[in-house]
Amino acid sequence: MHPWLPFEWIAATRFLREGRTQSLLIIVGVGVGVSVIVFMSALLSGLQSNLVKRTLSSQAHLVLLPPEEIARPQFGEGQALVQKQAQRLRSIDQWQALRGRLEKLPEIAAISPVASGPAFAVRGDANKSINLIGIEPANYVRVIELDQKMVGGELRVNAGEALIGIELARDLGATLGDKLRINASNGASDTLTIVGLFDLGNKAANARNVYVGLRTAQSLLDLVGGVSSIDLALHDMYQAEALSQRLNAETGLIADSWIKTNAQFFTALTSQRISSNVIRFFIGLSVAFGIASVLVVSVVQRSREIGILRAMGASRGQVLRTFLLQGGIVGLLGSLLGSALAWSFLALWRTLAVNADGTPMFMIEVEPGLVLIAAAGATLVGVLAALMPARRAASLDPVVAIRG
Amino acid sequence: MAEALPANAVLQLAGLKKSYLSGDSELEVLHGIDLTLQRGEFAALIGPSGSGKSTLLNLIGLLDRPSAGQLFIDGVETSTLAEAEITRLRGQRIGFVFQHHLLIPAFTALENVMMPLLIDRGRPDAAMRARAAELLAGVGLSERADYPASKLSGGQQQRVAIARALAMRPSLVLADEPTGNLDTHTADDIFALLREVNQREQTTFLIVTHDPRLAGRCDRIVELVDGDIVSDRPNPAHQPAG
Ligand SMILES: Nc1ncnc2c1ncn2[C@@H]1O[C@H](COP(=O)(O)OP(=O)(O)O)[C@@H](O)[C@H]1O
Ligand SMILES: [Mg+2]
Repeated sequence: MHPWLPFEWIAATRFLREGRTQSLLIIVGVGVGVSVIVFMSALLSGLQSNLVKRTLSSQAHLVLLPPEEIARPQFGEGQALVQKQAQRLRSIDQWQALRGRLEKLPEIAAISPVASGPAFAVRGDANKSINLIGIEPANYVRVIELDQKMVGGELRVNAGEALIGIELARDLGATLGDKLRINASNGASDTLTIVGLFDLGNKAANARNVYVGLRTAQSLLDLVGGVSSIDLALHDMYQAEALSQRLNAETGLIADSWIKTNAQFFTALTSQRISSNVIRFFIGLSVAFGIASVLVVSVVQRSREIGILRAMGASRGQVLRTFLLQGGIVGLLGSLLGSALAWSFLALWRTLAVNADGTPMFMIEVEPGLVLIAAAGATLVGVLAALMPARRAASLDPVVAIRG
Repeated sequence: MAEALPANAVLQLAGLKKSYLSGDSELEVLHGIDLTLQRGEFAALIGPSGSGKSTLLNLIGLLDRPSAGQLFIDGVETSTLAEAEITRLRGQRIGFVFQHHLLIPAFTALENVMMPLLIDRGRPDAAMRARAAELLAGVGLSERADYPASKLSGGQQQRVAIARALAMRPSLVLADEPTGNLDTHTADDIFALLREVNQREQTTFLIVTHDPRLAGRCDRIVELVDGDIVSDRPNPAHQPAG
């Protein structure tokens, strides 16, 4: 009996220790449940962040585009004729002012103005259709991890410099330091030096994307001073759709979120999360029932002792808390055991789930936060599960309990 | 009300009734008990089985509530008290010794004796431990202090239960057949112990017993038959010393 522990705590731990086998079994039961939850959560978040990373690392969370030009109805003889105008490159109106406003939004982590449009890359006899993308590299890499994708040279787009994908380099038979002629559809043209090679992990992008400085692209694409889109990175990527609707309403610009452009992928992620939440809920529920049933039995077994404690002046509240605590302790110990088990599962997983070259398929970690959440959650579930048996214990009639 | 009580009354019952519901009909088990116990009395409650002795003891011990009548403990009228106050009064003023010892097996002998103090104060402290050790010494069980309660013999368990009943220095100790489960020799020892505590501490005792030999060693004998007190007399064979 430690001097700082209250009666309820002393009684709860003694009762658990006395019913050793039952206590141990239920703690192991809780532990197995918690380990599955922790393991599954770590696996799922590792899997999802890996998928998201692979799928989205070359996409902005949100892209702002100029609104589509309104098709003007033309009235002929009694019938309306709607003619869509041919799309041409347009700039975002007053984009510098807009940028200033966007910088004030707390949701936005990075802003990258882009001037892009179709062009041709010519080298010798080879002539390839490309997507010319003018960027401010320092801002661009905060939205799209181009710096992580460089496989040769440097991420640098000063005047007269360009970055090309490995596919285009092969198609053109060009490499670092080679010259490249860019012809825009309006007849403008420029000769650039290849200073960097990238691999975006996507064959089409590697064959078409050519990065140049913002100014170079603006003059080639007839967009002087303008940008064709503003790419955004958000602190919380899952806010993208909500923010896109807000920005669309406020600015009249088209705002495409990654969620909309990857609707199917996003739905898959969401349904994966929902189904794992359902599984977690039912595991939690069965853990709760396990704890409750063990405590119900314990209350019945101890009804005489409870009666005696009441005869000695223990209040209903003291009895109630003694049993709630037992539920909480079982939940807490079970969650610690469960976290340790989950950690072992993950260690095993890491040795089994490896690529042919021995590197892990993807990284999964048990975050300390997850362990804390599991511990707090299991303790709470334990206390809630103990509610019914504890109330039963507290409301025992001492006369009946002692005589029984 | 309290002024009407004799100054030293630890217990006063006036017209105390208890009925139980059995099926549709009410069964009255106690028909209006009047009884007063003075401080330091050592009284036996006798009567045939089923006469209502345990029922009466449970009422006096505030484990159960009467159907009618008044019950004063140390001058406090209990029928109007709320559950929490009843529990506190019970813990502080009344000690129980049951027939079936009823220690808490998860605790040692010493810890069982400490239990009422622990329940009352909320947390253990050194003074509590010292008091429990002193009480255990008083019942001759110092060397068993750290034994788990379940490892003690019947007589030893009952000694621990007596020490426990005295922990809070109660005004009244209620014992329901405290020697009913013990052999004659041990029963005599236990009874002598109760008597000794009564003489030393002036603690009031009300002891239910079947055994006329033990009842004969009390100062006063109250006899209950079919829920009525049929006789209440000082024991001529055994008047208190002095
Ligand atoms: N909870 C109860 N419900 C109904 N009848 C009871 C209850 N408790 C006691 N009785 C009855 O009250 C009477 C007195 O019982 P009790 O006080 O245990 O007698 P004693 O202790 O003198 O043997 C008995 O007839 C018993 O059946
Ligand atoms: Mg009885």
